Amino acid sequence: MAKMPIIDFHKLMMVFLLGGDKMLKGRHLLDPSDFSIEELSEIFDLADSIINDPVSFSEKCKGKILATLFYEPSTRTRFSFEAAMLRLGGQVIGFSEPNSSSVAKGESIADTIRTIACYADIAVMRNPKEGAPRIASMYSSIPVINAGDGGHQHPTQTLTDLLTIRSVKNSLENLTVGCCGDLKFGRTIHSLIKALGRYKNNSFILISPKELKVPEYILNEVLIKNNIQFKQVEKLEDVISQLDILYMTRVQRERFFNEEDYIRLKDSYILDNEKMKNARQDMIVLHPLPRVNEISYEIDNDPRAFYFKQAKYGMFVRMALIMKLLGVD
Amino acid sequence: MLTITSIKKGIVIDHIKAGTGIKIFHNLNLDKADYKVALIMNVPSKKMGKKDIIKIENEIDIDYAVLGLIDPNITVNIIEDEKITEKRNLQLPERVINIIKCKNPRCITSVEKYINHEFYLSNKSKGEYRCIYCDEVYSVQEN
Repeated sequence: MAKMPIIDFHKLMMVFLLGGDKMLKGRHLLDPSDFSIEELSEIFDLADSIINDPVSFSEKCKGKILATLFYEPSTRTRFSFEAAMLRLGGQVIGFSEPNSSSVAKGESIADTIRTIACYADIAVMRNPKEGAPRIASMYSSIPVINAGDGGHQHPTQTLTDLLTIRSVKNSLENLTVGCCGDLKFGRTIHSLIKALGRYKNNSFILISPKELKVPEYILNEVLIKNNIQFKQVEKLEDVISQLDILYMTRVQRERFFNEEDYIRLKDSYILDNEKMKNARQDMIVLHPLPRVNEISYEIDNDPRAFYFKQAKYGMFVRMALIMKLLGVD
Repeated sequence: MLTITSIKKGIVIDHIKAGTGIKIFHNLNLDKADYKVALIMNVPSKKMGKKDIIKIENEIDIDYAVLGLIDPNITVNIIEDEKITEKRNLQLPERVINIIKCKNPRCITSVEKYINHEFYLSNKSKGEYRCIYCDEVYSVQEN
Protein backbone atom coordinates (compact mmCIF):
# COMPACT_ATOMS: atom_id res chain seq x y z
CA MET A 1 0.00 0.00 0.00
CA ALA A 2 1.29 3.38 -0.95
CA LYS A 3 2.32 5.59 1.90
CA MET A 4 0.41 8.80 2.49
CA PRO A 5 2.68 11.82 1.91
CA ILE A 6 3.76 13.43 5.15
CA ILE A 7 3.18 17.16 5.24
CA ASP A 8 6.04 18.99 6.86
CA PHE A 9 4.13 21.82 8.57
CA HIS A 10 7.33 23.27 9.96
CA LYS A 11 8.77 23.58 6.46
CA LEU A 12 5.52 25.01 5.13
CA MET A 13 5.50 27.60 7.90
CA MET A 14 9.11 28.53 7.14
CA VAL A 15 8.31 28.97 3.44
CA PHE A 16 5.36 31.15 4.43
CA LEU A 17 7.41 33.20 6.87
CA LEU A 18 10.44 33.53 4.62
CA GLY A 19 8.41 33.99 1.46
CA GLY A 20 9.29 37.67 1.37
CA ASP A 21 12.94 36.83 1.12
CA LYS A 22 12.36 35.30 -2.31
CA MET A 23 10.33 38.20 -3.67
CA LEU A 24 13.23 39.43 -5.73
CA LYS A 25 13.96 36.09 -7.38
CA GLY A 26 13.42 36.23 -11.13
CA ARG A 27 12.67 39.97 -11.14
CA HIS A 28 14.19 42.59 -13.45
CA LEU A 29 15.78 45.87 -12.38
CA LEU A 30 15.07 48.56 -14.95
CA ASP A 31 14.27 51.62 -12.84
CA PRO A 32 15.38 52.35 -9.27
CA SER A 33 11.73 52.55 -8.22
CA ASP A 34 11.04 48.98 -9.39
CA PHE A 35 11.90 47.80 -5.88
CA SER A 36 10.12 48.76 -2.69
CA ILE A 37 12.02 50.27 0.22
CA GLU A 38 11.77 46.89 2.00
CA GLU A 39 13.21 45.08 -1.02
CA LEU A 40 16.05 47.60 -1.24
CA SER A 41 16.75 46.99 2.44
CA GLU A 42 16.99 43.26 1.75
CA ILE A 43 19.63 43.94 -0.90
CA PHE A 44 21.56 46.36 1.34
CA ASP A 45 21.44 43.94 4.30
CA LEU A 46 22.89 41.21 2.10
CA ALA A 47 25.53 43.63 0.77
CA ASP A 48 26.50 44.40 4.38
CA SER A 49 26.94 40.68 5.06
CA ILE A 50 29.12 40.34 1.96
CA ILE A 51 31.25 43.33 3.02
CA ASN A 52 31.73 41.79 6.48
CA ASP A 53 32.70 38.34 5.22
CA PRO A 54 33.29 38.23 1.44
CA VAL A 55 35.03 34.85 1.55
CA SER A 56 31.90 33.06 2.69
CA PHE A 57 30.14 34.26 -0.48
CA SER A 58 32.89 33.25 -2.90
CA GLU A 59 31.05 30.19 -4.20
CA LYS A 60 27.45 31.30 -3.92
CA CYS A 61 27.00 31.57 -7.67
CA LYS A 62 29.14 28.62 -8.68
CA GLY A 63 27.70 27.16 -11.87
CA LYS A 64 25.79 30.34 -12.73
CA ILE A 65 26.51 32.52 -15.74
CA LEU A 66 26.10 36.28 -16.08
CA ALA A 67 25.74 37.70 -19.61
CA THR A 68 26.98 41.26 -20.10
CA LEU A 69 25.34 42.83 -23.15
CA PHE A 70 27.09 46.15 -23.65
CA TYR A 71 25.92 48.00 -26.75
CA GLU A 72 28.27 50.87 -25.95
CA PRO A 73 31.61 50.89 -24.14
CA SER A 74 31.58 51.23 -20.35
CA THR A 75 34.58 49.71 -18.68
CA ARG A 76 33.64 50.89 -15.20
CA THR A 77 30.13 49.46 -14.94
CA ARG A 78 31.00 46.32 -16.90
CA PHE A 79 34.04 45.57 -14.74
CA SER A 80 31.98 46.14 -11.62
CA PHE A 81 29.38 43.58 -12.72
CA GLU A 82 31.99 41.11 -13.94
CA ALA A 83 34.00 41.42 -10.75
CA ALA A 84 30.79 40.98 -8.73
CA MET A 85 29.91 37.73 -10.52
CA LEU A 86 33.48 36.38 -10.41
CA ARG A 87 33.71 37.12 -6.68
CA LEU A 88 30.54 35.07 -6.20
CA GLY A 89 32.17 32.14 -7.98
CA GLY A 90 30.08 32.54 -11.13
CA GLN A 91 31.20 33.01 -14.71
CA VAL A 92 30.70 35.73 -17.29
CA ILE A 93 29.99 35.79 -21.02
CA GLY A 94 29.06 38.74 -23.23
CA PHE A 95 30.15 41.49 -25.55
CA SER A 96 31.52 44.92 -24.76
CA GLU A 97 30.61 46.63 -28.00
CA PRO A 98 27.97 45.65 -30.53
CA ASN A 99 30.29 45.39 -33.54
CA SER A 100 31.73 42.18 -32.16
CA SER A 101 28.34 40.46 -31.93
CA SER A 102 25.33 39.41 -33.94
CA VAL A 103 23.90 42.84 -33.19
CA ALA A 104 26.15 44.15 -35.97
CA LYS A 105 24.19 41.90 -38.34
CA GLY A 106 21.02 43.70 -37.36
CA GLU A 107 19.64 41.30 -34.75
CA SER A 108 16.80 42.73 -32.67
CA ILE A 109 17.01 43.06 -28.89
CA ALA A 110 14.10 40.63 -28.55
CA ASP A 111 16.01 37.94 -30.46
CA THR A 112 19.35 38.63 -28.76
CA ILE A 113 17.93 38.29 -25.26
CA ARG A 114 15.94 35.14 -26.10
CA THR A 115 19.09 33.53 -27.41
CA ILE A 116 21.25 34.67 -24.50
CA ALA A 117 18.61 33.38 -22.07
CA CYS A 118 19.36 29.88 -23.41
CA TYR A 119 22.97 30.19 -22.21
CA ALA A 120 23.00 32.46 -19.17
CA ASP A 121 21.12 32.72 -15.87
CA ILE A 122 21.04 36.51 -15.63
CA ALA A 123 21.76 39.37 -18.03
CA VAL A 124 23.07 42.90 -17.68
CA MET A 125 22.43 45.37 -20.49
CA ARG A 126 23.81 48.78 -21.35
CA ASN A 127 22.39 50.43 -24.45
CA PRO A 128 22.55 54.02 -25.72
CA LYS A 129 18.86 53.84 -26.64
CA GLU A 130 16.45 54.69 -23.84
CA GLY A 131 14.14 51.85 -22.86
CA ALA A 132 16.20 49.08 -24.50
CA PRO A 133 16.51 47.02 -21.29
CA ARG A 134 12.73 47.21 -20.84
CA ILE A 135 12.24 45.58 -24.22
CA ALA A 136 14.79 42.93 -23.28
CA SER A 137 12.87 42.26 -20.06
CA MET A 138 9.63 41.82 -22.00
CA TYR A 139 11.12 38.98 -24.03
CA SER A 140 13.46 37.48 -21.44
CA SER A 141 13.02 34.37 -19.33
CA ILE A 142 15.97 35.39 -17.13
CA PRO A 143 16.38 38.51 -14.95
CA VAL A 144 17.54 41.61 -16.84
CA ILE A 145 19.46 44.39 -15.11
CA ASN A 146 19.63 47.83 -16.69
CA ALA A 147 23.25 49.00 -16.60
CA GLY A 148 22.42 52.37 -18.17
CA ASP A 149 20.12 53.24 -21.07
CA GLY A 150 21.18 56.54 -22.62
CA GLY A 151 20.27 59.51 -20.47
CA HIS A 152 17.35 57.62 -18.97
CA GLN A 153 18.11 55.30 -16.04
CA HIS A 154 21.12 53.73 -14.35
CA PRO A 155 19.56 51.95 -11.35
CA THR A 156 22.65 50.12 -10.08
CA GLN A 157 24.42 53.48 -9.74
CA THR A 158 21.52 54.55 -7.52
CA LEU A 159 21.81 51.33 -5.50
CA THR A 160 25.53 52.04 -5.17
CA ASP A 161 24.85 55.56 -3.92
CA LEU A 162 22.23 54.40 -1.43
CA LEU A 163 24.41 51.60 -0.05
CA THR A 164 27.34 54.00 0.34
CA ILE A 165 25.22 56.54 2.20
CA ARG A 166 23.59 53.86 4.36
CA SER A 167 26.93 52.32 5.24
CA VAL A 168 28.64 55.59 6.11
CA LYS A 169 25.71 57.45 7.69
CA ASN A 170 23.98 54.36 9.15
CA SER A 171 20.68 55.66 7.78
CA LEU A 172 18.95 56.84 4.64
CA GLU A 173 16.75 59.29 6.54
CA ASN A 174 17.08 62.82 7.98
CA LEU A 175 19.83 63.86 5.58
CA THR A 176 20.60 67.18 3.92
CA VAL A 177 21.87 66.27 0.49
CA GLY A 178 23.71 68.71 -1.74
CA CYS A 179 23.67 67.92 -5.44
CA CYS A 180 26.22 70.00 -7.29
CA GLY A 181 27.05 70.55 -10.95
CA ASP A 182 25.07 69.59 -14.02
CA LEU A 183 21.67 68.80 -12.53
CA LYS A 184 19.83 69.09 -15.84
CA PHE A 185 21.36 66.29 -17.85
CA GLY A 186 22.74 64.18 -15.00
CA ARG A 187 20.57 61.06 -14.80
CA THR A 188 22.51 59.97 -11.69
CA ILE A 189 21.26 63.02 -9.84
CA HIS A 190 17.65 62.58 -11.01
CA SER A 191 17.62 58.96 -9.82
CA LEU A 192 19.28 59.85 -6.53
CA ILE A 193 16.71 62.57 -5.77
CA LYS A 194 13.86 60.17 -6.60
CA ALA A 195 15.39 57.38 -4.51
CA LEU A 196 16.31 59.43 -1.42
CA GLY A 197 13.00 61.25 -1.67
CA ARG A 198 11.28 57.97 -0.73
CA TYR A 199 12.92 58.00 2.69
CA LYS A 200 11.77 60.11 5.64
CA ASN A 201 12.79 63.68 6.24
CA ASN A 202 15.52 64.14 3.64
CA SER A 203 16.04 67.57 2.13
CA PHE A 204 17.95 68.71 -0.93
CA ILE A 205 20.10 71.69 -1.79
CA LEU A 206 20.43 71.86 -5.54
CA ILE A 207 23.58 73.69 -6.59
CA SER A 208 23.92 74.52 -10.25
CA PRO A 209 24.16 77.34 -12.80
CA LYS A 210 20.72 78.44 -13.98
CA GLU A 211 21.25 76.74 -17.34
CA LEU A 212 21.74 73.39 -15.66
CA LYS A 213 19.00 73.36 -13.02
CA VAL A 214 17.08 70.21 -12.16
CA PRO A 215 14.32 69.68 -14.78
CA GLU A 216 10.84 70.94 -13.92
CA TYR A 217 9.36 67.46 -13.84
CA ILE A 218 11.72 66.38 -11.05
CA LEU A 219 10.77 69.47 -9.05
CA ASN A 220 7.03 69.04 -9.67
CA GLU A 221 6.57 65.28 -9.73
CA VAL A 222 9.10 64.31 -7.06
CA LEU A 223 9.97 67.17 -4.71
CA ILE A 224 6.89 69.40 -4.63
CA LYS A 225 4.38 66.55 -5.00
CA ASN A 226 5.86 64.72 -2.01
CA ASN A 227 6.42 67.81 0.14
CA ILE A 228 10.18 67.30 0.16
CA GLN A 229 12.17 70.34 1.25
CA PHE A 230 14.59 71.76 -1.28
CA LYS A 231 16.27 74.95 -2.38
CA GLN A 232 18.13 75.93 -5.51
CA VAL A 233 21.34 77.94 -5.29
CA GLU A 234 24.14 78.91 -7.65
CA LYS A 235 27.23 78.66 -5.45
CA LEU A 236 28.57 75.68 -3.54
CA GLU A 237 30.53 77.82 -1.05
CA ASP A 238 27.28 79.43 0.14
CA VAL A 239 25.76 76.16 1.37
CA ILE A 240 28.53 73.59 1.90
CA SER A 241 28.42 74.04 5.69
CA GLN A 242 24.80 72.78 5.78
CA LEU A 243 25.36 69.44 4.06
CA ASP A 244 25.50 65.83 5.28
CA ILE A 245 26.27 64.62 1.78
CA LEU A 246 27.79 66.42 -1.18
CA TYR A 247 27.18 64.67 -4.48
CA MET A 248 29.41 66.17 -7.17
CA THR A 249 28.92 65.95 -10.94
CA ARG A 250 30.81 67.51 -13.78
CA VAL A 251 29.85 70.82 -15.38
CA GLN A 252 30.85 70.95 -19.02
CA ARG A 253 31.82 74.25 -20.57
CA GLU A 254 29.74 73.59 -23.69
CA ARG A 255 26.56 73.41 -21.60
CA PHE A 256 26.76 77.13 -20.81
CA PHE A 257 24.91 79.60 -22.98
CA ASN A 258 27.55 82.30 -22.64
CA GLU A 259 31.22 82.50 -21.80
CA GLU A 260 30.68 85.23 -19.20
CA ASP A 261 28.54 82.97 -17.00
CA TYR A 262 31.00 80.12 -17.38
CA ILE A 263 33.92 82.27 -16.21
CA ARG A 264 31.84 83.71 -13.34
CA LEU A 265 30.68 80.34 -12.04
CA LYS A 266 33.19 77.69 -13.09
CA ASP A 267 35.15 77.79 -9.82
CA SER A 268 31.95 77.30 -7.83
CA TYR A 269 31.68 73.79 -9.17
CA ILE A 270 35.22 72.71 -8.43
CA LEU A 271 35.62 71.24 -4.98
CA ASP A 272 38.93 72.11 -3.33
CA ASN A 273 40.45 72.32 0.16
CA GLU A 274 39.38 75.92 0.55
CA LYS A 275 35.69 75.03 0.17
CA MET A 276 36.06 71.88 2.28
CA LYS A 277 37.23 74.03 5.23
CA ASN A 278 33.62 75.13 5.72
CA ALA A 279 32.15 71.64 5.42
CA ARG A 280 31.19 69.57 8.45
CA GLN A 281 33.65 66.97 9.67
CA ASP A 282 31.09 64.21 9.04
CA MET A 283 30.02 65.37 5.58
CA ILE A 284 30.87 62.90 2.82
CA VAL A 285 31.76 63.66 -0.78
CA LEU A 286 30.36 61.33 -3.44
CA HIS A 287 30.82 61.26 -7.22
CA PRO A 288 29.66 58.67 -9.80
CA LEU A 289 33.10 58.80 -11.53
CA PRO A 290 34.87 59.29 -13.83
CA ARG A 291 35.94 62.65 -12.49
CA VAL A 292 37.54 65.24 -14.74
CA ASN A 293 38.36 68.40 -12.81
CA GLU A 294 35.32 68.99 -10.60
CA ILE A 295 37.03 67.51 -7.55
CA SER A 296 40.55 68.71 -7.02
CA TYR A 297 43.11 65.92 -6.45
CA GLU A 298 44.04 67.54 -3.13
CA ILE A 299 40.68 66.33 -1.76
CA ASP A 300 41.51 62.65 -2.37
CA ASN A 301 43.32 62.34 0.96
CA ASP A 302 40.57 64.05 2.92
CA PRO A 303 38.79 61.42 5.05
CA ARG A 304 35.48 62.85 3.83
CA ALA A 305 36.25 61.84 0.20
CA PHE A 306 34.27 58.66 -0.42
CA TYR A 307 34.12 58.42 -4.22
CA PHE A 308 36.57 55.55 -4.58
CA LYS A 309 35.04 53.65 -1.67
CA GLN A 310 31.72 54.31 -3.40
CA ALA A 311 32.98 52.36 -6.42
CA LYS A 312 33.76 49.43 -4.13
CA TYR A 313 30.31 49.60 -2.57
CA GLY A 314 29.05 49.46 -6.17
CA MET A 315 30.61 46.05 -6.62
CA PHE A 316 29.21 44.78 -3.32
CA VAL A 317 25.70 45.98 -4.06
CA ARG A 318 25.87 44.31 -7.48
CA MET A 319 26.95 41.07 -5.80
CA ALA A 320 23.92 41.29 -3.51
CA LEU A 321 21.64 42.16 -6.41
CA ILE A 322 22.81 39.23 -8.53
CA MET A 323 22.28 36.84 -5.62
CA LYS A 324 18.79 38.17 -4.90
CA LEU A 325 17.62 38.08 -8.52
CA LEU A 326 18.97 34.56 -8.92
CA GLY A 327 17.36 33.52 -5.64
CA VAL A 328 20.69 32.26 -4.31
CA ASP A 329 20.93 31.96 -0.52
CA MET B 1 -27.30 74.90 -47.05
CA LEU B 2 -25.78 71.44 -46.83
CA THR B 3 -28.28 68.98 -45.38
CA ILE B 4 -27.42 65.71 -43.70
CA THR B 5 -30.43 63.75 -42.58
CA SER B 6 -30.75 62.63 -39.01
CA ILE B 7 -29.99 59.03 -38.19
CA LYS B 8 -32.45 56.52 -36.80
CA LYS B 9 -30.09 54.43 -34.78
CA GLY B 10 -26.41 54.89 -34.20
CA ILE B 11 -23.87 57.33 -32.82
CA VAL B 12 -23.29 61.04 -33.23
CA ILE B 13 -19.87 62.29 -32.23
CA ASP B 14 -20.34 65.98 -31.58
CA HIS B 15 -18.30 69.00 -30.52
CA ILE B 16 -15.22 67.81 -32.34
CA LYS B 17 -12.66 70.62 -32.63
CA ALA B 18 -12.89 71.90 -36.23
CA GLY B 19 -10.27 70.23 -38.39
CA THR B 20 -9.73 67.15 -36.22
CA GLY B 21 -12.81 65.24 -37.44
CA ILE B 22 -10.79 63.64 -40.22
CA LYS B 23 -8.26 62.36 -37.67
CA ILE B 24 -11.00 60.65 -35.67
CA PHE B 25 -12.54 59.34 -38.88
CA HIS B 26 -9.29 57.54 -39.69
CA ASN B 27 -8.50 56.45 -36.12
CA LEU B 28 -11.90 54.75 -35.86
CA ASN B 29 -11.29 53.11 -39.25
CA LEU B 30 -14.49 54.65 -40.59
CA ASP B 31 -12.95 54.93 -44.06
CA LYS B 32 -13.34 51.14 -44.26
CA ALA B 33 -16.93 51.09 -42.95
CA ASP B 34 -19.65 49.35 -44.95
CA TYR B 35 -22.44 51.29 -43.19
CA LYS B 36 -23.54 54.91 -43.55
CA VAL B 37 -21.09 57.42 -42.13
CA ALA B 38 -21.05 61.22 -42.47
CA LEU B 39 -18.18 63.50 -41.61
CA ILE B 40 -19.40 67.07 -41.47
CA MET B 41 -16.75 69.73 -41.18
CA ASN B 42 -16.84 73.36 -40.07
CA VAL B 43 -20.40 73.32 -38.74
CA PRO B 44 -21.27 76.66 -37.08
CA SER B 45 -21.34 76.32 -33.29
CA LYS B 46 -22.34 78.86 -30.63
CA LYS B 47 -19.92 77.39 -28.14
CA MET B 48 -16.99 76.64 -30.40
CA GLY B 49 -17.42 78.95 -33.38
CA LYS B 50 -16.84 76.01 -35.74
CA LYS B 51 -16.93 72.30 -35.06
CA ASP B 52 -16.86 68.94 -36.82
CA ILE B 53 -19.50 66.21 -36.41
CA ILE B 54 -19.42 62.52 -37.29
CA LYS B 55 -22.68 60.57 -37.71
CA ILE B 56 -22.57 56.80 -37.81
CA GLU B 57 -25.70 54.85 -38.66
CA ASN B 58 -24.88 51.56 -37.05
CA GLU B 59 -24.46 49.93 -33.67
CA ILE B 60 -20.73 49.97 -33.50
CA ASP B 61 -18.44 49.51 -30.61
CA ILE B 62 -16.49 52.73 -30.64
CA ASP B 63 -12.96 52.92 -29.29
CA TYR B 64 -13.64 55.57 -26.65
CA ALA B 65 -9.97 55.56 -25.68
CA VAL B 66 -9.04 57.01 -29.06
CA LEU B 67 -11.70 59.69 -28.82
CA GLY B 68 -10.73 60.64 -25.27
CA LEU B 69 -7.13 60.95 -26.30
CA ILE B 70 -7.79 63.13 -29.33
CA ASP B 71 -10.12 65.44 -27.43
CA PRO B 72 -11.78 64.62 -24.08
CA ASN B 73 -14.26 67.49 -24.66
CA ILE B 74 -15.97 65.59 -27.48
CA THR B 75 -19.50 64.40 -26.73
CA VAL B 76 -20.83 61.07 -27.90
CA ASN B 77 -24.59 60.74 -28.32
CA ILE B 78 -26.22 57.35 -28.64
CA ILE B 79 -29.28 57.53 -30.91
CA GLU B 80 -32.29 55.25 -30.94
CA ASP B 81 -35.55 55.98 -32.80
CA GLU B 82 -34.00 59.27 -33.93
CA LYS B 83 -33.65 60.42 -30.30
CA ILE B 84 -30.65 60.80 -28.05
CA THR B 85 -30.95 58.06 -25.45
CA GLU B 86 -27.55 58.48 -23.85
CA LYS B 87 -24.76 61.06 -23.69
CA ARG B 88 -21.34 59.70 -22.90
CA ASN B 89 -18.54 61.73 -21.38
CA LEU B 90 -15.08 60.83 -22.47
CA GLN B 91 -12.07 60.28 -20.27
CA LEU B 92 -8.40 59.98 -20.90
CA PRO B 93 -7.50 56.28 -21.08
CA GLU B 94 -4.94 54.92 -18.59
CA ARG B 95 -2.98 53.14 -21.35
CA VAL B 96 -2.61 53.97 -25.02
CA ILE B 97 -1.18 51.45 -27.43
CA ASN B 98 -0.14 52.27 -31.00
CA ILE B 99 -2.19 55.45 -31.26
CA ILE B 100 0.52 57.97 -30.51
CA LYS B 101 4.19 57.55 -31.35
CA CYS B 102 7.17 58.45 -29.20
CA LYS B 103 8.99 61.47 -30.62
CA ASN B 104 12.18 61.00 -28.59
CA PRO B 105 14.91 60.18 -31.15
CA ARG B 106 16.89 58.41 -28.42
CA CYS B 107 13.95 56.11 -27.58
CA ILE B 108 14.39 52.44 -28.40
CA THR B 109 11.08 52.53 -30.33
CA SER B 110 12.93 54.55 -33.01
CA VAL B 111 15.09 51.51 -33.74
CA GLU B 112 13.17 48.35 -32.82
CA LYS B 113 10.23 48.55 -35.19
CA TYR B 114 8.37 45.43 -34.05
CA ILE B 115 7.34 46.76 -30.66
CA ASN B 116 4.18 48.60 -29.65
CA HIS B 117 4.30 52.31 -28.98
CA GLU B 118 2.82 52.36 -25.51
CA PHE B 119 2.06 55.28 -23.19
CA TYR B 120 0.62 55.53 -19.68
CA LEU B 121 -1.35 58.44 -18.22
CA SER B 122 1.11 60.21 -15.93
CA ASN B 123 -0.77 63.44 -15.14
CA LYS B 124 -4.53 63.38 -15.62
CA SER B 125 -5.16 67.08 -14.92
CA LYS B 126 -2.48 68.19 -17.37
CA GLY B 127 -3.40 65.48 -19.90
CA GLU B 128 0.14 64.11 -19.94
CA TYR B 129 1.25 60.68 -21.01
CA ARG B 130 4.69 59.08 -20.76
CA CYS B 131 6.31 56.53 -23.04
CA ILE B 132 6.71 53.26 -21.09
CA TYR B 133 10.21 52.82 -22.53
CA CYS B 134 11.90 56.22 -22.24
CA ASP B 135 9.43 58.33 -20.14
CA GLU B 136 9.17 60.98 -22.88
CA VAL B 137 6.13 63.17 -22.23
CA TYR B 138 3.24 63.41 -24.70
CA SER B 139 0.83 66.24 -23.96
CA VAL B 140 -2.74 65.88 -25.23
CA GLN B 141 -3.19 69.67 -25.14
CA GLU B 142 -0.17 70.34 -27.34
CA ASN B 143 -1.08 67.79 -30.00
